Amino acid sequence: MANKSVVDFEAIKKDLADLPKPIQVLDENSNVVDQETFDSFSDDDLVEFMKKMVWERALHEQTMNFSRQGRMGFYAPTEGEEASEMGTVLAMKKQDYLLPAYRDVPQLIQHGATVTEAYLWSRGHVLGNEYEANSMMPQIIIGAAYDEAAGVGLGIKKNKEEDTIAFTYTGDGGTSQGDSYEGMNFAGAFQTPTLFIVQNNGFAISTPRAKQTAAPSLAQKAVAAGIPSVQVDGMDILACYTVAKAARDYMVAGNGPVMIETLTYRYGAHSSAGDDPKRYRTEDEVKPWHEKDPLIRLRKVLEDKGLWSDEQEEKLVDEYKASFKDAIKEADEAPKDKVSDMLKRTFEIPTPEMRKEIEKFEAKESNE
Amino acid sequence: MSKKTYIQAITDALDILLEDDPKTLIFGEDVGKNGGVFRTTQGLQDKYGEDRVFDTPLAESGILGLATGLGLKGFRPIPEIQFMGFSFEAIDQIVGQQARMRFRFNGKQISPVTIRTPYGGGTHTAEMHADNLENYFTGAPGLRVVMPSNPYDAKGLLISSVENNDPVLFMENLKLYRSMKDDIPDGKYTVPLDKANVVREGTDITLVAYGAEVNEAKKAADTLAENNISAEVIDLRTVSPIDTETIFKSLEKTHKVVVVQEAQKMAGVGAQVASAIAEDAILSLNAPIGRVAAPNSVYPFAQGEDYWIPGADEIVEKANEILNY
Repeated sequence: MANKSVVDFEAIKKDLADLPKPIQVLDENSNVVDQETFDSFSDDDLVEFMKKMVWERALHEQTMNFSRQGRMGFYAPTEGEEASEMGTVLAMKKQDYLLPAYRDVPQLIQHGATVTEAYLWSRGHVLGNEYEANSMMPQIIIGAAYDEAAGVGLGIKKNKEEDTIAFTYTGDGGTSQGDSYEGMNFAGAFQTPTLFIVQNNGFAISTPRAKQTAAPSLAQKAVAAGIPSVQVDGMDILACYTVAKAARDYMVAGNGPVMIETLTYRYGAHSSAGDDPKRYRTEDEVKPWHEKDPLIRLRKVLEDKGLWSDEQEEKLVDEYKASFKDAIKEADEAPKDKVSDMLKRTFEIPTPEMRKEIEKFEAKESNE
Repeated sequence: MSKKTYIQAITDALDILLEDDPKTLIFGEDVGKNGGVFRTTQGLQDKYGEDRVFDTPLAESGILGLATGLGLKGFRPIPEIQFMGFSFEAIDQIVGQQARMRFRFNGKQISPVTIRTPYGGGTHTAEMHADNLENYFTGAPGLRVVMPSNPYDAKGLLISSVENNDPVLFMENLKLYRSMKDDIPDGKYTVPLDKANVVREGTDITLVAYGAEVNEAKKAADTLAENNISAEVIDLRTVSPIDTETIFKSLEKTHKVVVVQEAQKMAGVGAQVASAIAEDAILSLNAPIGRVAAPNSVYPFAQGEDYWIPGADEIVEKANEILNY
């Protein structure tokens, strides 16, 4: 028997790990590394990107405050992910259908929901889901939206809706769930206009990316589904926007789905419900990511151009935070979600058993 | 009118639904060219094209997720789960996603999916091909579970299910597919959801059943009649929600009841019927509630199923026990 293997598995493994550099427009020190793309943005565009990231950071800070005051329900912190979230969503159009995950509330608001609705959703109030936005509510099951996004994409294709796509988000942990592969595989098989975005923020609660998969990149998980995919610097909003827009253009031209992995980081906890990130990562690990901060990166560019100042930013933050305070006040004033209403919205035609329950709760509720 | 098997009645309903509404789509494993492994969708792809009737990759969660998404985009999807045992793979999409869509959005977005799936034993299939899994789904608010016992109901209930704006799990009994024929109207007709059917009137005892066991209950009623016992047979048709009104009305007349199911006894439809009777109609009874169900073992594929699945003899035995109480 020959000892030599007919296949050089080690070489195949090495090839898999030979990844192209993630796409960047600005590097960590705010140097322009792709001049042509950079020049495609006007000064106004750059300011607009900055404003959106400042808005998201302010939303995060104010919402964390509300959370500490016990005024929020479920909330997933977003600090650190502004470039990834705002960059990708700003490349979309209002007619696109969004399937967000639980950390993608800022994109949902940008896509048409109000902050008040986002707060109501956080508290589990149904009025939080009645938005005008073309969107599902934030998905809790980490892979489920990928399957559904294939279906929405197929619906768009069958309806022959022009210039419209479905776009969805999951995290690094979400790529381990079978549904994420099934969704991409279906989208590939039916060539649906579905954009799959993985925001790789390094951790699925406490499980690090390295323990999530042996795959050298999450982007290459799309390869098995026959879908083109790319890694992008998730702390560079110009890169995130450019890649998402290119993906969208490619898909509306009838070319089928695309997957984007953004390399980003969550500075805080998984959720406001109380995981302590110090249990699963060190300061040394977090620090370099703060140095890559998406706001710092673009702020430097704008300041060099004389387009931005601290005063300007402070003023904006104050304005934004005031609007969030108004929003939570409005949420506080929303009518209480009643059990009789919950029963009424379970089926279009209530079952006989439910009719009795509705009656019972209506009687109780009228005495309250 | 034409004589049709259970499976032909279902094909007929699907044909009418596709003809009536261009938003209706059929998809799943092998449903296209092959016409489904049981030929339920035979000829439909030829007639309506690959855009309306199509094969999918072999992944149940993907199929049901595709259905959820298509439903959100205004389609009326009729996905097929090839065998009900495969629905374990899709339980999040069915119970976690589709069934709660109306609730989540206060009715503003819905996903009106009708999932068709064959189930039930007695045909010597492989493991995971015969189980009665309705017990897993009847506890899901927002989901209807429909289980027709004959060709006429199969057609009428399927049309009602697809035209209903909430998700329905439509369970087709494997053994019934080709074992019985009915004279059924050729065109469109509907059988109401959430409504049980008194399939045989009687005065001495009520037999409540659904799916293939309705036919066993009817046989049992024939045997009981030979001894001058008049049994009323109720076919639940929709097993979630359960039409308790029809059952209670019958009990006021018979004062005795046996609840029959093909599934294992634990936490199932029969348990729900028995508890509803105990809760709201116990004073109509003058004997304990009788139950006939499969034993609480894992489904014994092929070899043991003929004596594992409850038949007419067991129903007669239990009825006599209740009658002689």
